[in-house]
Amino acid sequence: MAFPPTAASTIPTASLELDADVLVIGGGPAGTWAAIAAAARGAKVILADKGFCGSSGATAPSGTGVWYVPPDPARRAKAMNSRWDLGGRLADPAWMRRVLDRTYDNVNQLAEWGYPFSDDAEGRSIRNGLDGPDYMRLMRKRTKAAGVKILDHSPALELLRDDSGAVAGAAGVRRQKADTWLVRANAVVIATGGCAFLSKALGCNVLTGDGLLFAAELGAELSGMEFSTAYAMALEGGSVTKTRFYDWATFTFEDGSPIPGAASKGGRSVIARVLQSRRVFAQLDKADAETEQAMRYAQPNFFLPLDRVGIDPFRQRFPVTLLLEGTVRGTGGLRIVDSTCATTVPGLYAAGDAATRELVCGAFTGGGSHNAAWAMSSGYWAGSAAGEHGRHLRGRNRTVLRAGGVGVADGSGRAIDAATLTRAVQDEVWPYDRNYLRSGERLTDSLGRLDGLWSGARTAQAASLDEAQRTREGVAMLATSRWMYRSALSRTESRGMHKREDFPEKDDNQLHYTTSGGLDEIWIGHERAPSPEIEVLAA
Amino acid sequence: MIEVISEDRCTGCNICVNVCPTNVFAPVADGIPVIARQDDCQTCFMCEVYCPDDALYVAPHATEITHVTVAELEARDLFGSYRKSIGWIRGGRPRPAPEIMQRLEHR
Ligand SMILES: Cc1cc2nc3c(=O)[nH]c(=O)nc-3n(C[C@H](O)[C@H](O)[C@H](O)COP(=O)(O)OP(=O)(O)OC[C@H]3O[C@@H](n4cnc5c(N)ncnc54)[C@H](O)[C@@H]3O)c2cc1C
Ligand code: SF4
Ligand code: SF4
Repeated sequence: MAFPPTAASTIPTASLELDADVLVIGGGPAGTWAAIAAAARGAKVILADKGFCGSSGATAPSGTGVWYVPPDPARRAKAMNSRWDLGGRLADPAWMRRVLDRTYDNVNQLAEWGYPFSDDAEGRSIRNGLDGPDYMRLMRKRTKAAGVKILDHSPALELLRDDSGAVAGAAGVRRQKADTWLVRANAVVIATGGCAFLSKALGCNVLTGDGLLFAAELGAELSGMEFSTAYAMALEGGSVTKTRFYDWATFTFEDGSPIPGAASKGGRSVIARVLQSRRVFAQLDKADAETEQAMRYAQPNFFLPLDRVGIDPFRQRFPVTLLLEGTVRGTGGLRIVDSTCATTVPGLYAAGDAATRELVCGAFTGGGSHNAAWAMSSGYWAGSAAGEHGRHLRGRNRTVLRAGGVGVADGSGRAIDAATLTRAVQDEVWPYDRNYLRSGERLTDSLGRLDGLWSGARTAQAASLDEAQRTREGVAMLATSRWMYRSALSRTESRGMHKREDFPEKDDNQLHYTTSGGLDEIWIGHERAPSPEIEVLAA
Repeated sequence: MIEVISEDRCTGCNICVNVCPTNVFAPVADGIPVIARQDDCQTCFMCEVYCPDDALYVAPHATEITHVTVAELEARDLFGSYRKSIGWIRGGRPRPAPEIMQRLEHR
């Protein structure tokens, strides 16, 4: 099967062609909140997901703590403060406050929609956590009830643009129908999640940085891509990267002797170092029977793999590994230029893990609640603004052109072998000593090969319909890795999750955001971080 | 990885074909679906959660195949065990007393 004629800038056609005011790409928390908010503004909305809206993405199979803090000034100040240093002082207090406000309203909305929150000992509803399957099943239901048309199993492969360079929709494939779709829309929300480089971390294999690639092809900018070193703990050979309960663990070598300095929080890089040459074992020996009972209720999926292989984690040691989650529990993503979550491209908005989360948590999120709060807040804002924008432009006659590049455009060279490309990118970003524990020398070494891969790919012919999704995923991961490592090279200090062995200290002359962009040539810039509002944070 | 669809349990409703985020299953006309792209399975367990007849089993091993059999799974009562543990069954699941849940707060 051939993909339709695909030189970038040609007029697109597809088996299914639709028109809308707003197209949302990605149906996780950010995308569903965006779609509902856009529909509430009276916009006609379509949501396309690579997988199935409701089960796909990082939240659905896992569940999240949520940064839900009642509007009591002391509690709010404490919540902001507690994250301030952890985030390397790069968060923006004004955005933190906005996100706390919006998250509070959205979570209360979930309660009104019937989300089954439980009560605490005083009978107050506990609203700082959401079970993934329940949350996302409810969000799908509300998205449909809002009149949004959902296209499942319909990965977007590229954006569409008009002749001024504004976004004009997107195109992709319907993988269960083996044909193509396109949606002409006046506003587009990128909610495709982060990039975890197909590491099989829980729910993350649909998250390959696609939205970052599409947006960058239209000239959008990124920010904070050096904050992309999230690695999460799982049973060796497993996928369930739930890390919270490792706070109750003791870590040992194979012979049972303790690993000095190893901890899930604040000692994870020690574990990464050991894992380079030896196995690491954990046992939740700091939890008593009642804690065990609470844990089993709070996160059944943590115990699922252990139970199935017959390990009692409280009484037995079990081998663990660290899986790359990249930007998913990192903070880098598309740069946001105003309070509506607009990107630098007219009509294009970014939300959730696809957008930078530096504004709310700076250089680190681990064990957060912040990413979930950001996903629902940014989704709401991006959707509301896209709804207004899309409706405002309704009825305007525009020329619609393809904007996709490598892998969908015809460069007439040899087609990309997606599996080989993916493997080659993984070889540069998975290893702990390249990504987790960075050095200028190793980053430069990797960038040499990654840039070489890009030069090889950029003249490729368009992928076949069968290979189109995998090819674009490979290209997106390649582009993402290059923004990551160029940004990491430019930050010559250690801050938040970004750790440089050659620059182990913080350098307060680098209290800036690292911006990046470009595909053939990658550029790096700086944006000043907001000055800390000490009085707000002094609680 | 997804390993088993129990022919005895499966009713061919194709819900799993629809909900699997990485499109691992393929429908079969007048039959039950097949595991068509096992390599693409991301071991997320969502198919198990959504299967109304507890007919699927996902082994916790993300990178190797264990060749577990339907008989072994029936003997260990593993079909539907995850759906049950998250409370997607009639009556939900019992929540421990608030004092016990508080044990998770400070650490
Ligand atoms: C194991 C785990 C535990 C976590 N725990 C917490 C926590 O406790 N607290 C917290 O705050 N955060 C947590 N996070 C992070 C949180 O899950 C994410 O921040 C959140 O899911 C982001 O929402 P999203 O909508 O941006 O992305 P996702 O939920 O990842 O959804 C992205 C969606 O986009 C779709 N998509 C991707 N590419 C395309 C394409 N080309 N075309 C169409 N659709 C596409 C995907 O199929 C997916 O449905 C955790 C993450 C993981 C992996
Ligand atoms: S969801 Fe369960 S019952 Fe339905 S087709 Fe799949 S395996 Fe069979
Ligand atoms: S475990 Fe997840 S990825 Fe694997 S078959 Fe089931 S739903 Fe699909």
